[in-house]
Amino acid sequence: MSPDLLKLIFGRLGLESLPLHEPIVVGTFVVVALGGAALLGGLTYFRLWGYLWREWFTTVDHKRIGIMYMILGIVMLLRGFADALMMRGQQALAFGGSEGYLNAHHYDQVFTAHGVIMIFFVAMPLVTGLMNYVVPLQIGARDVSFPFLNNFSFWMTVGGAVLVMASLFIGEFARTGWLAYPPLSNIGYSPDVGVDYYIWALQVAGVGTTLSGINLICTIVKLRCPGMSMMKMPVFTWTSLCTNVLIVASFPVLTVVLALLSLDRYVGTNFFTNDFGGSPMMYVNLIWIWGHPEVYILVLPAFGIFSEVTSTFSGKRLFGYTSMVYATVVITILSYLVWLHHFFTMGSGASVNSFFGITTMIISIPTGAKMFNWLFTMYRGRIRYELPMMWTIAFMLTFVIGGMTGVLLAVPPADFVLHNSLFLIAHFHNVIIGGVVFGAFAGITYWFPKAFGFRLDPFWGKLSFWFWVSGFYLAFMPLYVLGLMGVTRRLRVFDDPSLQIWFVIAAIGAGLVALGIGCMLVQFAVSFLRREQLKDVTGDPWDARTLEWATSSPPPDYNFAFTPVVHDNDAWWDMKKRGYQRPLTGFRPIHMPSSTGTGIILAGLATAMGFGLIWYIWWLAAASFIAMLAVGIGHTFNYHRDFDIPVDDVVRTEDSRTKLLAGAK
Amino acid sequence: MSRLKILALLPLAVALSGCNYIVLAPAGDIAAQQRDLVIISTVLMLLIVVPVMALTVLFAWRYRQSNTSARYEPEWDHSTKLELVIWSAPLLIIVCLGALTWMGTHLLDPYRTLGRIQADRAVDQSKAPLEVDVVALDWKWLFIYPDYGIATVNDLAAPIDRPINFRITASSVMNSFYIPALAGQIYAMPGMETKLHAVVNHPGTYKGFSANYSGAGFSGMHFNFHGLDDKGFDAWIASAKSAGGSLGRAQYLQLEKPSQNEPVRRYGTVDADLYRLILNMCVDTGKMCQSEMMAIDAKGGLGHQGLNNTLPLAYDKYARRGTALGPEPVFVAGACTPDAPQGQTTASIKAPTDAAPLLGAGLERPTFTPQKSSSFFLGQRPKSDS
Amino acid sequence: MTVTVNPAQTGAPVFYVVDEHPHPEGWSTSLGFWIYLMSDCLIFAILFATFGVLGGSYAAGPAPKDLFDLPLVALNTSMLLLSSITYGFAMLTMQQNRIGQTQMWLAITGLFGAAFIGIELTEFAHMIHEGAAPQRSAFLSAFFTLVGTHGLHVTCGLIWLVTLMVQVFKFGLIEANRRRLMCLSMFWHFLDVVWIGVFTFVYLLGVLR
Repeated sequence: MSPDLLKLIFGRLGLESLPLHEPIVVGTFVVVALGGAALLGGLTYFRLWGYLWREWFTTVDHKRIGIMYMILGIVMLLRGFADALMMRGQQALAFGGSEGYLNAHHYDQVFTAHGVIMIFFVAMPLVTGLMNYVVPLQIGARDVSFPFLNNFSFWMTVGGAVLVMASLFIGEFARTGWLAYPPLSNIGYSPDVGVDYYIWALQVAGVGTTLSGINLICTIVKLRCPGMSMMKMPVFTWTSLCTNVLIVASFPVLTVVLALLSLDRYVGTNFFTNDFGGSPMMYVNLIWIWGHPEVYILVLPAFGIFSEVTSTFSGKRLFGYTSMVYATVVITILSYLVWLHHFFTMGSGASVNSFFGITTMIISIPTGAKMFNWLFTMYRGRIRYELPMMWTIAFMLTFVIGGMTGVLLAVPPADFVLHNSLFLIAHFHNVIIGGVVFGAFAGITYWFPKAFGFRLDPFWGKLSFWFWVSGFYLAFMPLYVLGLMGVTRRLRVFDDPSLQIWFVIAAIGAGLVALGIGCMLVQFAVSFLRREQLKDVTGDPWDARTLEWATSSPPPDYNFAFTPVVHDNDAWWDMKKRGYQRPLTGFRPIHMPSSTGTGIILAGLATAMGFGLIWYIWWLAAASFIAMLAVGIGHTFNYHRDFDIPVDDVVRTEDSRTKLLAGAK
Repeated sequence: MSRLKILALLPLAVALSGCNYIVLAPAGDIAAQQRDLVIISTVLMLLIVVPVMALTVLFAWRYRQSNTSARYEPEWDHSTKLELVIWSAPLLIIVCLGALTWMGTHLLDPYRTLGRIQADRAVDQSKAPLEVDVVALDWKWLFIYPDYGIATVNDLAAPIDRPINFRITASSVMNSFYIPALAGQIYAMPGMETKLHAVVNHPGTYKGFSANYSGAGFSGMHFNFHGLDDKGFDAWIASAKSAGGSLGRAQYLQLEKPSQNEPVRRYGTVDADLYRLILNMCVDTGKMCQSEMMAIDAKGGLGHQGLNNTLPLAYDKYARRGTALGPEPVFVAGACTPDAPQGQTTASIKAPTDAAPLLGAGLERPTFTPQKSSSFFLGQRPKSDS
Repeated sequence: MTVTVNPAQTGAPVFYVVDEHPHPEGWSTSLGFWIYLMSDCLIFAILFATFGVLGGSYAAGPAPKDLFDLPLVALNTSMLLLSSITYGFAMLTMQQNRIGQTQMWLAITGLFGAAFIGIELTEFAHMIHEGAAPQRSAFLSAFFTLVGTHGLHVTCGLIWLVTLMVQVFKFGLIEANRRRLMCLSMFWHFLDVVWIGVFTFVYLLGVLR
């Protein structure tokens, strides 16, 4: 075939785009390919495709979508953490003239991919998954406001993740750092596909995130059950509301800034170029206007989880509910006034720097108040040390350190000496692992019995907990030390041999965390095998307080046979206390949304379009875009998107629960 | 405050033995003051962090389920007094820290000239500060000493106790100029100039590097910074001068091409205009200087004639290598006017000569009008000459 | 929404409602659409801010006063404003259940919208032909992107409008279609408001600058 024709069909994709010369990547590919083939073969052998398609891929049930988000997050955690191990390994080895085992081309991709994956495809799905699963249950709703949109959002997030994963084996990922600052990320200095993968992965996933934000805001505002005023909402619902407001009010900024960057890269505009009047610093400002709220998008739901867990396991009402809510709202608003603290060193002048430094510190006041509220929730309580509570205590002790170093970095002159150093790396891992990841794990162990009807095995859970916590400290405390020695981030090789010991300790820490992740996977497997012993028939295994525990575990498709009425913040606690009787008769048919495959098809087309744009395969991009338009419009011609669950089904489901409950007594 | 500082330094002294905590034990006065701020802020925050951690452990232990002797009040969820305390305690700390931040940020503003060279020594006004122009290249550092007419690559020296005025820019992508022993970092950005005022107090050789990832050769982008006594510095200058070699526009265009792990290089003579041309991105003859372009823009552009003043870009290092869908790359050709003389790039912020440390003495009353010459968020750009 | 008390529990606190009170279809739609519009508004806000920052960087090229043809833009503006009015008429007739007139007004709105897009494309083509393409300067990049994004929104609105006309034709003014027309109405007026910003901030102030 002529080169022109090849170019027309494949764009800039060619055999040389496959990283066949990188043994590490080839090895990974072989493992992934074998694993994938085994998985696909297994699914085919057990004839699960139809089941998966009907019950999971096309589902609009918020509970299943929530679970799929969690699976996505955990799968991507494995990839992101593999990157972390590679980095730690490289930095522990590359001393005294040794180049380590990663060249710059590879290493620079690894740290970029690590950051992008951990934030967008691990932390975000975990947080979104928990909100998706729990919020409608907590507010006594049957589903979210826009169930189809929910399915579509999820698959868009998957589409973004697929693009990032594709970059591992087809071409390369960005070598720019996770925020892709221009001019480095502009076409002149990054002419390869890496940054294009970055842009389109985030754009595809970003659409999903924004829509999911709109969806959950509407759900919380519109679908609360009778009696649940705003100030009677569980704290997790409150933090979810604030998080989704942040999502809707910040992700469009990311969309625009990436769109402008792609215009620069594709058609040669001059937004972030050095010449023709462009301003790279505008990119840095804009991306952090999204980037800082993003941090709170991740951590606020975690705060909500800790509130629920502390109150449940202390057997006590949450201390200072009102101030907790206000603190959350204040953090939400203030998170927009601090973005410049990420680049004090740009030279904006002392007044601007101190303004943003001080606003940053002010955020620590409501955060501190929250910390005290958890503390005084434990005070005069009866604390049961189940896994969720252990994660919470670990969080409280870890997060204050991260918060302290964070405020330290908000002092501009201090930031001048610590900016971009490993001290900074230690700081934000301290808050993101100590806050978001511990929070997600607390949430997973807390709500797992609700989702699946059996608890997680405590032995493997505790093992995982101790590996994680000790591994975290071992991995990141040395980085604080290295930061104070003036070691900067993203270095691939080092000269000073006296530093090596610290990197070795950090690598050992990362190894412990790897064991923690391993134990967590074992925990899932063991719990599944022991599901009969770990079974929860009551639907309320922790003697908990909020509405999601009022229904069965796992909840029926319709969540509640009758819409609950709420009288108190701790609605379920109140119901238990005042002798609530579960209704046994009088059931009626329940109106529910029906499944649809449109979401996964649209997201698949969007991913194909992204792939076409990345590789300059214009026909693919255009065809997928037109197909997307057609499928989208076609979908609007379907006016029958819901059905009634017949009363017989409801009666059968509820009767089986009655039997279970009777059996438990 | 001094007693506080000594207290804070105690555990540090222990930690310092054995390892080189350069950020905590720097050799320059600015870095030392920044270190002080790090320590004072940490101590201030520990005032609240330590009690919180202690209470966490205490409550977690005391109110465990098996301890049935502890009080259990499941309905207790509010106390106005306690709420007042938990909001005001962090508030108080932040008020102190905020005041410290405001003062410290202004006193240690890298754009501010030095008022003192050490805690108890004011600047000697009779001695002119050392001027150094810094250019971050892919992936090495170029230092130009305009007063001495020499330039070096990846090697920097300064006499001790003499203020240094750095003017910093970059050729292609963003870097950060950082010598931990000397002073905090500041970004080096193409087409823009940042400033740093610092002084080194103790002789020695210190590490300097880029603290902002800038591409493949980033890890090798470091240099040695020598703090020398006057005699040593003169000898260093003389050796650079005698190294011969000259750095003109043509040599610079060769030098700026990407290269990694560059050895030290010295140039005995340097084009006096070179730094200005680099800053304005017009070292390549024929390209319009940024300063000229901004002056034209400020007057409303060149109108329709301006549409024809671009030329195809045959050589421009490696940047703007054709976009997929856009037109062929071009550059704006210089108009037929002589290059305007170099203007004052950014207004300087003068410190009074005062040896006072972080006490706010010597700090002008804060005004809330931003410095006129600094663009609010976008760093400082070279000002037009008109 | 009525809360019927379970008779068996009169006197005791009510913990659930017996009568299913389904939230009517589209219960959240207008709120959701509002929030979407606000997120879209943020997109425009950022583009305006970008234009504000880069709008004076002509790179020694042409400035607004050299490029903008204000009478043409005024004509364009009137097209969009008129389309908003005619959309209003469509909504009024929709409330009176007059399908034919609703369709007619929608069609007129579509024609005005198409005229707007046509004029905008003419303006763009003319500028690019002169050499004032988005690549010439940061000002032009920001200009084409801001105005182009608005134009893209109007184009999407047109596609949506045609789709809705087909749906109204096929299914009549049923509840779902009324809701959709309402959403498009909000979208259309929103674009109108954004355009007023564009006209003032980009064109008028640009020429004055």
